[in-house]
Amino acid sequence: MTADLLVATTLIGLAAAAAGAAAPERLRTPLVSALTAAACGCGLAMALGVLSSGRAAVVHTGRLLPLGGLSLALDRFGALFVAVSAVVAVCAMVFRLGYDGHGLSSRTASCVLPLFVTALLLVPAAANVTTFLFVWELMAVSSLLLVLVDHRRRPEVAVAGQWYAVMTQLGAAALLAGLVLLATHAGSQSFAAITARSAGLPAWVRSLAFVLAVVGFGSKAGMVPLHVWLPRAHPEAPGPVSALMSAAMVNLGIYGIVRVGDGLLGGGPAWWWLLVMGLGALSALFGSLHAATSTDLKRLLAYSTTDNMGLVLLGVGVSGLFASTGHPSLALVALVAALLHVVFHAVFKGSLFLSAGAIQQATGTRDLDRLGGLLQRLPVTGSLFLVGAGAIAALPPLCGFVSEWLLLQALLHGLPSSDPWLAIVLPVGVGVLALTGGLTALTFVKAAGIGLLGQPRGAPAAEASEVRPSMWVGGGVLATLCLVLGVAPLLVLPSVLEAARTVTGSQLPDPLVRGWQFGLLGARGALAPGLLAIGLLVAVVLVAGTRWALQRAAVRRTEAWGCGRELQTARMQYTATSFGEPLTRVFEDVLTPAHDLDVSHVAESRYYVEAATFHTSLDDAFERHGYRHAASGLAWWGGVARRVPNGSVHRYLAFGLVALVVVLVVLG
Amino acid sequence: MTGAWPVGAVAAISVLQVLGVVVGGPLLVGLMRKVRCRLEGRVGPPVHQPLLDLRKLARRERTRPDQASWIFSAVPVVLVATTLVIALVAPLLATDPAFGWSADLFALVYLLLVGSVALALGALDTGTAFGGMGASRAMTIGALSEPALLVAVLALSVPAHSSNVPTIVARSLTHPAWLATPQRLLSLVAFLIVIVAESGRLPVDNPSTHLELTMIHEAMVLEYAGADLALVKLGESMRLAVLLALFADLFVPWGVATGPGIGHVVVAVVAIAAKVAALGVALAVFEVAVAKLRLFRVPELLAGAFVLAVLAVVSALVVP
Repeated sequence: MTADLLVATTLIGLAAAAAGAAAPERLRTPLVSALTAAACGCGLAMALGVLSSGRAAVVHTGRLLPLGGLSLALDRFGALFVAVSAVVAVCAMVFRLGYDGHGLSSRTASCVLPLFVTALLLVPAAANVTTFLFVWELMAVSSLLLVLVDHRRRPEVAVAGQWYAVMTQLGAAALLAGLVLLATHAGSQSFAAITARSAGLPAWVRSLAFVLAVVGFGSKAGMVPLHVWLPRAHPEAPGPVSALMSAAMVNLGIYGIVRVGDGLLGGGPAWWWLLVMGLGALSALFGSLHAATSTDLKRLLAYSTTDNMGLVLLGVGVSGLFASTGHPSLALVALVAALLHVVFHAVFKGSLFLSAGAIQQATGTRDLDRLGGLLQRLPVTGSLFLVGAGAIAALPPLCGFVSEWLLLQALLHGLPSSDPWLAIVLPVGVGVLALTGGLTALTFVKAAGIGLLGQPRGAPAAEASEVRPSMWVGGGVLATLCLVLGVAPLLVLPSVLEAARTVTGSQLPDPLVRGWQFGLLGARGALAPGLLAIGLLVAVVLVAGTRWALQRAAVRRTEAWGCGRELQTARMQYTATSFGEPLTRVFEDVLTPAHDLDVSHVAESRYYVEAATFHTSLDDAFERHGYRHAASGLAWWGGVARRVPNGSVHRYLAFGLVALVVVLVVLG
Repeated sequence: MTGAWPVGAVAAISVLQVLGVVVGGPLLVGLMRKVRCRLEGRVGPPVHQPLLDLRKLARRERTRPDQASWIFSAVPVVLVATTLVIALVAPLLATDPAFGWSADLFALVYLLLVGSVALALGALDTGTAFGGMGASRAMTIGALSEPALLVAVLALSVPAHSSNVPTIVARSLTHPAWLATPQRLLSLVAFLIVIVAESGRLPVDNPSTHLELTMIHEAMVLEYAGADLALVKLGESMRLAVLLALFADLFVPWGVATGPGIGHVVVAVVAIAAKVAALGVALAVFEVAVAKLRLFRVPELLAGAFVLAVLAVVSALVVP
């Protein structure tokens, strides 16, 4: 049954791609969206079937691919990711019906978008190395094409595409090397066989394969220092595509690291997981810091994706560390917390990116410094953004809070341990989580407060009007999920637990208390998100009722206090730049902001200023110090190498001779 | 989950806690103001003046700036409501209050964060420079104090094997020697610094200033009037009272009722009132003695608190 659905998902996805290529322009968008959504529906049904029954959906055919053939087997762990991608993709497709611009309805884009979604659904099902690399590359290339759809009109899109192409191909090369290494040493390329034989492999093979997997998958997850493509490509992609990339595609990076580390290799030494934890902590801090100081709405969201994937990696790393130091039950809890955060991140980030896409469509800009007052002009879109912002800032009773709480609990209960690594690493982990949490709250107060509240800072925001209802529905479903899953996390918790058990092969009893509250078994104290929500609701009603009883007169509209000035304009408000300025100053050493003040004076007197321009910019430190140097080094090497083939036929013949001699020597 | 405690006693204790915080918060602020005035050689308004102010304000008209949205009016309600929930679940009077098992320290921290975020959003909604300035500064200080706060929470939770407040309190009552351990003292200092920062007291923020360049909290609430202002003021004072009461609970737990008897509860009410009043007086004396820090020196203070908190966790592992 689930295997049939797997085939149906693939076929409908391909049909959608064909429809995108062949359908006339008028029908293209609705037809492609409907077919893609149908493929996602099949995918969701399949994933839920696998999650509830525990029986994997298996499809194997020797013909379609060379080497090992096409082999798909979806277990519970993969099904969790398929379900997440499917829900996000359905919402993105509904959203897309109302989204125009960015050239997303061109023939190429309409053909590639279904391929991208299908690849997202198939990656977690791949069951051998060839199939995995094939669908992984399909996903990478199709998303690259989708980022590039608007490259003719905006040159920055092409730059973003170059960064993305280079980083994704480097990552794919690392994956190819790592997986082929495993396959050759295990003697088979099927994941099941590798899992069975990996324990007997030499330690260096296991470690090298794991490190290569962390590099390859980490670059897809936006892990620092391989994140540089993410804050460029995600903002430049069209609205629904950025939602898919940030809420569904990055998850597959996490999928890969857990699948290889916990699944194929069956866990490893402590240093593997300390590496993952360290990179996760770095990503969380760096991402949240840059998100807090970004002024571009979608760039801010992209950096916050790096930040959240960092938290997930922190959880995955802690889980592995627990497993390698003999705390299997806590390892399971930490992995559940990390996976729960993946699910919740997909929900709130999808909602935020879709709302940001709607805001961009309504105003024509993503620059927070030119937005403002949108909650009154776009009441629905604005409210959806607010819900997503609350969830990502981990405010109870929304969903982000639950996964962060569970992660904190896992860190806390690991502490009374005699293992020195845990004793050092866990408090630092809590510190990272806390600072990230604080910065995320600041980031989204800024995004929502500057973008949606106050007065419009420019004409685009002042003249904006509400977007089409289909765009509300797409974001609205995800925003509703933020609230529903925050109040009732037990709707997804059992599935997440089963997924974590499946990938680690753990037979442990359920380590969580479940009921209308949940917590860790054996520890006193729990969290009852439902009751918390009811309590908050009752308190709000009580306070609002009291206020109404005391003062029933309608609120009087007044002019805001202007400090005695006659004129109070929108330009006097704080902007996103000024909002983040204190933080920029505090973290000056990390962010290294560049300021440029240019004052021109009136010709008659130096004491009168004619005009002043101020420019401030914040570069990514890794980009400036690491990548730019690497790129200029490569360019230098290219220049050197170019001198060798100078066009002389004699020289080329000599190269041929030398090469032949070398080959003979090596083979002989 | 409330064990052997009769439902009536638990309900009565919960109502007492909430009422105590609602009435006690403004009284605490009045007391601190009185102490400050006396130390500065002035007579000062009576201790119950904040309550009188609230009564006066509650009857006055509410206003809203032209540009503001519904968020502006919702903020005071959210601020007070979140604090009410904290007052309900925290074990201020008894080790086993109504929802004690859900009184998780981390959850309480996040509930406080809801109030802070709401205030900042309301400030940005006014569409003035002051609102943005206050929100930006308050969120920056909040973000930087979060690590110190959570790691201090961790230091307290580790020996109790739980971040559940009633469990921690009950455990410190049964193991009094534990209160004098280095990790306790270190996390005490860290906690105190964070409370000062979170509640906007000197040396981080001066609650009685209206000078543009130094305002943080006051800048955020400039536009509120009438019943809204009453709620904001009530919310602030309740937050301060709850934070000090939690602090008293965690570090000086004696007096908290361990049984449901009426005698226990009376002792608990008197004890918590005395402890919070003493802390308030101490804070007021401290406020008179220090000057406000420059805004960009505050991160150093908070980083210091974070280091103390980390030391507390580490020493919790070394000295069990």
